[in-house]
Amino acid sequence: MNLIELQSVNQYYGTLQVLNDITLTIPAGEIIGLFGHNGAGKTTTMKLILGLLSPTEGQVHVFGQSPQSLDVRQQMGYLPENVMFYPQLTGLETLRHFARLKSSPTVQVDTLLEQVGLTHAARRKVKTYSKGMRQRLGLAQALLGTPRLLLLDEPTVGLDPIATQELYDLIGTLRDQGTSIILCSHVLPGVEAFIDRAAILAGGKLQAFGTLAELRRQVALPTTLRIAPLMDTQPLQNKLAALGLTATVVGQHTLSLRVEHHQRLAAIQHLLPELNDLDLDVSPPSLDDLYRHYFAQLTTESH
Amino acid sequence: MQPIWHIARKELSDGLRNRWLLAISLLFALLAVGIAWFGSASAGQVGFSSIPATIASLASLATFLVPLIALLLAYDAIVGEDEGGTLLLLLTYPINRQQVLLGKLLGHGCILALATVIGFGSAAFAIGVLIDGVDLSLLVVSFTRFIISASLLGWVFIALAYWLSSISNEKSTAAGLALGLWFLFVLVFDLTLLAILVISEGRLSPDLLPWLLLLNPADVFRQINLAGLGDNSAMTGIMALGQDLPMGAWGLWIALSLWLLLGFALARFSLTRRII
Repeated sequence: MNLIELQSVNQYYGTLQVLNDITLTIPAGEIIGLFGHNGAGKTTTMKLILGLLSPTEGQVHVFGQSPQSLDVRQQMGYLPENVMFYPQLTGLETLRHFARLKSSPTVQVDTLLEQVGLTHAARRKVKTYSKGMRQRLGLAQALLGTPRLLLLDEPTVGLDPIATQELYDLIGTLRDQGTSIILCSHVLPGVEAFIDRAAILAGGKLQAFGTLAELRRQVALPTTLRIAPLMDTQPLQNKLAALGLTATVVGQHTLSLRVEHHQRLAAIQHLLPELNDLDLDVSPPSLDDLYRHYFAQLTTESH
Repeated sequence: MQPIWHIARKELSDGLRNRWLLAISLLFALLAVGIAWFGSASAGQVGFSSIPATIASLASLATFLVPLIALLLAYDAIVGEDEGGTLLLLLTYPINRQQVLLGKLLGHGCILALATVIGFGSAAFAIGVLIDGVDLSLLVVSFTRFIISASLLGWVFIALAYWLSSISNEKSTAAGLALGLWFLFVLVFDLTLLAILVISEGRLSPDLLPWLLLLNPADVFRQINLAGLGDNSAMTGIMALGQDLPMGAWGLWIALSLWLLLGFALARFSLTRRII
């Protein structure tokens, strides 16, 4: 059974179309990154999966059922973007309230507070919390009731680098325990390493869905090779030119060359004998590059 | 059922935390005691006059005050949580929108009912203890009727406040609408009815007019309490129309309950369609 199925979903707010013919099947047990800029339809897609919205056209199924079914919601956890709580309640009271609503055992509340590092602030009112603390409390409430599906909207906003790393580690652990996770984000540097598949939304359309390797093959963007440090860049540059490769000088001692996806291994083989003491840095197209590519494609299509 | 209790429990503990319950109870108790002892000051006498006179004055006061407090308590129930961002989170939990409304109604309803019981009950207690020779059974019956009907009136306005809250996009809009609703039912309605009576010069069917009273929950509440006194001298102005209603007290109770159902149905309809 597939975790989430969206079939030809069109979504309108009044006359404004925010999602355009989205068909997407998400398998269980993976970390899926849902990427797009503001207004691309990420949050709307999340709300459809959460059953907060009904699709104007098309169908949405989660665990093979309608997401509006309370049974499905029982098995989902959600961290909204800029999560907000009742300011007058303490962190502990907040989490207990939500635990009751999800019929999860009260012992889990203390465990979760400990896990997100809020035990010391549990008896303080939420209105005194910093953005990062609120975000961690938000994560704790999303984990109540041990959900099978976790939806996280911009989970790293407001977190320091260490907390961000801890969050990704936690997500990884949860995935290994069988939880499916959807991570909704602006394209973030570094997020590639933690996701199994990426879905790229732009202009209300699903531009791409697949593993990063699949997407890289699909778009065939060039890989960037950098060689440093070179006291004199000219000899190597000439040699490469003889092979039909154009290298440019970056900074003072670095050569940079872009090779097509299918030629990258051949180019590296040519370079290896030249390297000696030099460093070779290979950068395949990043998620950011892929995203820009799909977005540029969209803009040319619409003109 | 479970999630309804959890929501109600939170609203009730909020009401205790922010001292709403305490404040309303005190207000009710002070006003009730004040009316019982000084209500007939305008007639030149100080001190307790009679139970019917006290209930009649209390009913007039509660007609203004209870709807206002109910609207204040509940006008931001939906739009406030939406603006605060907690409604979005709440609705992703295994709870549907009708259950959210029912839970809130139960919680807010409890706060108002408790305040009414504590406030007016303590006044009744004071009268029973301090006044010699008061008819205790009349005291208990009329205050019980008053307290229950005042709570029901409060619930009607809480439900109507949820409706206004569900159709508003901003808290200030909901507050404005709530104030307008209060103005409509507490002032405008009776004046309009009077105006119709005067202008029509008796051409309107006299059978129809009393029924118009049922269109205002605040008037139904006053009817219940005044009719219950069996003392028609208290029926002045618009209220006198109620004597022509071809039904007993139960009809009035049903009318007030129907108002509660109507308010809730409107709120449910609007919240279900609200885009979160």
